[in-house]
Amino acid sequence: MAEAAADTPLIAARGISKSFAQIEVLRDVDLDLRRGEIHALLGENGAGKSTFAKILAGVHRPTRGTLKLNGEPVEIPNPIVAQRLGITLIHQEPISFPDLSVAENLVLGRTRGSPLGRVPWAQMTREARELMDLLGVRMDVTKPMRGLSIADQQMVEIARALASDSRLIIMDEPTAPLTPKEVDTLFAIARRLRDEGRTIVFISHRLEEVRALCDRVTVFRDGNKIATEEIGKLTDADIIRLMIGRPLREYMHKSRAEIGEVALKVENLTLPGTFRDVSFEVKKGEIVGLGGLVGAGRTDVARAIFGVAPATSGTVSINGRPVDIREPSQAIALGLAYVSEDRAVSGIFRTLSVEENITAAIPRKIAPGGIIRGALEKALASESVRKLRIRLASLRQPIGELSGGNQQKAILARWLLTDPSVLILDEPTRGIDIGVKAEFYEMIGELAAGGRAILLISSELPELLALCDRVLVMSEGRLTANIARADATQEAIMSAAVPRSTQAVAA
Amino acid sequence: MTDQTSTPTAVSALDAAPPRPRWQVILIRPETMTFVLLVLAFIVSSSISPYFLDINYILSSFTLYAEFSIVALVLTMVIIAGEIDLSPAANMALSACLFAWTYQATQSMPLAILVGLGAGIAMGAFNAVLVIGMQLPSIIVTIGTLTLYRGLAQIIAGDQSIRLPDYFIGINNDLWLGVPVPVIIFVVVTIALAFFLGATIWGRQIYQIGTNEVAAQHAGIRARRIKFMLFLAMGFASAVAGMMTASRLGSVRYDLGLGGELQMVLMAMLGGTYIFGGRGTILGTFLAAWLLSVISTGMLTAQWLPATQLCVLGLLLIISIVATNLIYSRTQR
Ligand SMILES: Nc1ncnc2c1ncn2[C@@H]1O[C@H](COP(=O)(O)OP(=O)(O)OP(=O)(O)O)[C@@H](O)[C@H]1O
Ligand SMILES: [Mg+2]
Repeated sequence: MAEAAADTPLIAARGISKSFAQIEVLRDVDLDLRRGEIHALLGENGAGKSTFAKILAGVHRPTRGTLKLNGEPVEIPNPIVAQRLGITLIHQEPISFPDLSVAENLVLGRTRGSPLGRVPWAQMTREARELMDLLGVRMDVTKPMRGLSIADQQMVEIARALASDSRLIIMDEPTAPLTPKEVDTLFAIARRLRDEGRTIVFISHRLEEVRALCDRVTVFRDGNKIATEEIGKLTDADIIRLMIGRPLREYMHKSRAEIGEVALKVENLTLPGTFRDVSFEVKKGEIVGLGGLVGAGRTDVARAIFGVAPATSGTVSINGRPVDIREPSQAIALGLAYVSEDRAVSGIFRTLSVEENITAAIPRKIAPGGIIRGALEKALASESVRKLRIRLASLRQPIGELSGGNQQKAILARWLLTDPSVLILDEPTRGIDIGVKAEFYEMIGELAAGGRAILLISSELPELLALCDRVLVMSEGRLTANIARADATQEAIMSAAVPRSTQAVAA
Repeated sequence: MTDQTSTPTAVSALDAAPPRPRWQVILIRPETMTFVLLVLAFIVSSSISPYFLDINYILSSFTLYAEFSIVALVLTMVIIAGEIDLSPAANMALSACLFAWTYQATQSMPLAILVGLGAGIAMGAFNAVLVIGMQLPSIIVTIGTLTLYRGLAQIIAGDQSIRLPDYFIGINNDLWLGVPVPVIIFVVVTIALAFFLGATIWGRQIYQIGTNEVAAQHAGIRARRIKFMLFLAMGFASAVAGMMTASRLGSVRYDLGLGGELQMVLMAMLGGTYIFGGRGTILGTFLAAWLLSVISTGMLTAQWLPATQLCVLGLLLIISIVATNLIYSRTQR
C-alpha cells in the first residue's frame, strides 16, 4: 500500500453513529487521528469513548458513517481485520486468557507454530521476556495470567499491542490500576511510540495525565463529539465545561463529623507471605485512608477483614466485639461492606440485569420471607440509579452493557444499599468521571457524618488528602505510617509507601 | 438534539431510552426454540402415526419418560449453578435396589421407602462433599460416582430382579382426573420449581452463582451451601424417580434407568439451559421433556433401530448445545 501524503490523517472518521437496540450512543462523530500524535478521548461515564474505540478496533460496527485509513476507505468488520490493519485496542476490562501463561498471551494469534503444530516455546518465552524488558516490567513470563495483579495484567495487554507492531494503539483507561512509576514507564513508552510515527489514542479520567501525555484532546458528551483541540489551548476548567456542560463543584472536606467510638479494630493481623502485624482502628464518623503502592497488600488486608481470604492470626473487632469472620456473608451480617477493586472478577454479574446486580447484597430487604418483591426491588434499584446518576437504558439491561464507570457506580450502589456501619472502599473511584467523583466524595463525607466508619483504599494521593481524617500507609505487607490529617502531604505518604530496599538504593 | 446532561435530572436517560422491544426479547429466548421444535415434532409424528392425535396416547407414552423428566428439572438448577451431576440414573438404580432389598428383607414398606430416600440423599451428599468440600470438578466426580453407584447396585441385586408387592406396582396406570399420576407429579414439580427458581431469592442466587461465583461470594451469597443443597436435592429426586420406575416396572434390577443421564442432560440442554451456567429455565426443560418424549415415542412407533434412536438423541444433544451457545453469545454483545 502506497503511503499517503504526510498530512493525510491516519484515521479519518466521518459521521460515525452507533446504536444498541435503538438507543443511539454515538451520533455523527467526525474525528481525524494524525500520524505521530497522542490523542486523548475525554468525557463522562457513558459518553461513548469506549464505544468509539471499539468501532475503530472492529469490536462493534458503526450503524452509520465511514472510516478512512490513510485516505483509503476501510471496513473493519472484526478485531482480526483491525489487527491486520495495524490497529490494537487495549480494553478497559482486560480480556486475556487467564489460564494461559504471560508468554502465550503475548504471542497469541501471531505465531502459527511449525507445520507439525509444534509451538516454539523457547523462542516464545524469549520474545515475551524481551517485550516485558522493553516495558521495564519484571515478571515471570511462564506464569499463568490468573495469578498476576491487575497492574501486571494490564502491562501484558500493553506489551501485546507492542508485540503486534501496531500503527494505531488505543488504550482505554490503561493507567487506572497502575502505580505512579508504572504510569511513568507507560508514558515513556507511549512517547517513544509516537516519535516512531505511531498514533496513540488515550482514554482517561485523569486530566493531569492527559495534560502530561497528550497532544490533542477530543471531548465527548452524550454520544456527541463536542470539540477537538490542542491540549495547550484548553484550561482544565474549559475541558470540564466541555465534558459536563456546567462548571464543576469544588469538593470541600466533609463538614466536621462527630467522631465516635471505635467501630473497626484490627490487631496484629497476619497472613504469611502477604501482610504482617497489621494493626489499626477506624472510629465512627471517621474516614481513614489506606495508601501505598499497588501490590503493597492493602487489598489483601481488606479481603482478610471481609472474610474472603481470612488471616491466619490476629484479631478483628467490630464495635468493640471480637469477631471471627470466615466468609463475606458473616461480615455483611456484622454491618461490613467491601467494594472490591476488581469489578469484573469479584463485582458484577455480567449477563444479569442491572437491577439484580444492585440488589445482590440485600436479599432480606428485597425478598422478605424468601419471595422476591419486584416492586420493592425496582424502587430500591431506581432510587440508587437516580442518586448515583447511573446511565442506563433500562434496569433490566444486562450490566455488561453499561459503560465501565457506570458498572462501578452500580457496584457502589449495591453496597450502599446494605447500609453498612463499616464501609471498606477499594479504589472506588477507578474509572469514575470527574463530575461524579466530586459528588461521590461528598457522599462518602455524608456517610461518615452519618456515623459510619470508612476505610478508603486508594492509590490517588489527592483523593486521600482531600477525604481522609487520617492516612495509613502500607508497604510490602506492613503498615509503615499513620499520618494525621494535619501532617498528611503527598511527600509524607509517598516516602512511607516506597519499599525500604528501594529507599536504601535511592539514598 | 436536546442536551440531556446539562439538565440536573440526569435520570432522563432512564426514561428516554426504551428497553429492547418485547418481541425481540421473546424471540431470542431459547425456550421459544424448544416450543417451536415441540410443535414441529407433533406435526411430524402425527403425520407418521395417527396415535399422536390422541391426547391419552401422548400422556401415557410420557409416563415412560416422567421419571427422568422430574430429575432433569432438578438437574437444570444444578447446571444453572455452574455444576453438573451425571450420577442420577445410577442413583435411581442403587436407591431402588436398596428400597426393594429392604422390603424383601423386612416386608415393611415404610421402612423400605425411608431407606430408599435416605440412600438417595446420602449419594447426593457424597457427590456434594467431593465437589464442594474437596473442590473437585463435578463432571469428573459424578462420572466416578455414576460408575460406583451402578456397581454397588449390581453387587446388592446381583443379576436377579427383585419383585415388589402388587399394591406398589403400576403408578403409571393410576389415573387422577384421567391423567396418569407420574404426569401429574411432573407437572406439580415443574410448577413448584419454576416458582422456586423464578420468584424466590434462592432461585435468584442460583443464577448469580452460575454467572460469577466469586462475585456471588463477595456479595455474601452462600454459594457453597446452596450448591450443597442442590446436590442433596438431586439425590432426593433421583431416589423418588427410582421408586417410581420400580413401581412402573414392577420389579427392580441393577440396570434400572440405564443411560438415563444422557436423556436428562439432553432435556436440560434442549430446554435452553446454558452448559456453562447462569442461564436456563424450568419451563425450557419442561417443554424439552415433552419434546423428547414425542420424538422417542415417534421413533419407537416408526420402529427405528435402538442404535439409530441413540444416534438421533446424541445429535440432538450436540445441536441443542451449539444452538443455545449461539443464542447466548448473540445476546451477550
Ligand atoms: N453492548 C452494549 N449494549 C448496549 N448498550 C451499550 C453497549 N455498550 C455500551 N453501551 C452503552 O453505550 C453508552 C456509551 O458507553 P461507553 O462504554 O462507550 O462509555 P464510556 O465513554 O467509555 O464511559 P466510561 O468512562 O464509563 O468507560 C453507555 O450508555 C452504555 O450503556
Ligand atoms: Mg469506557
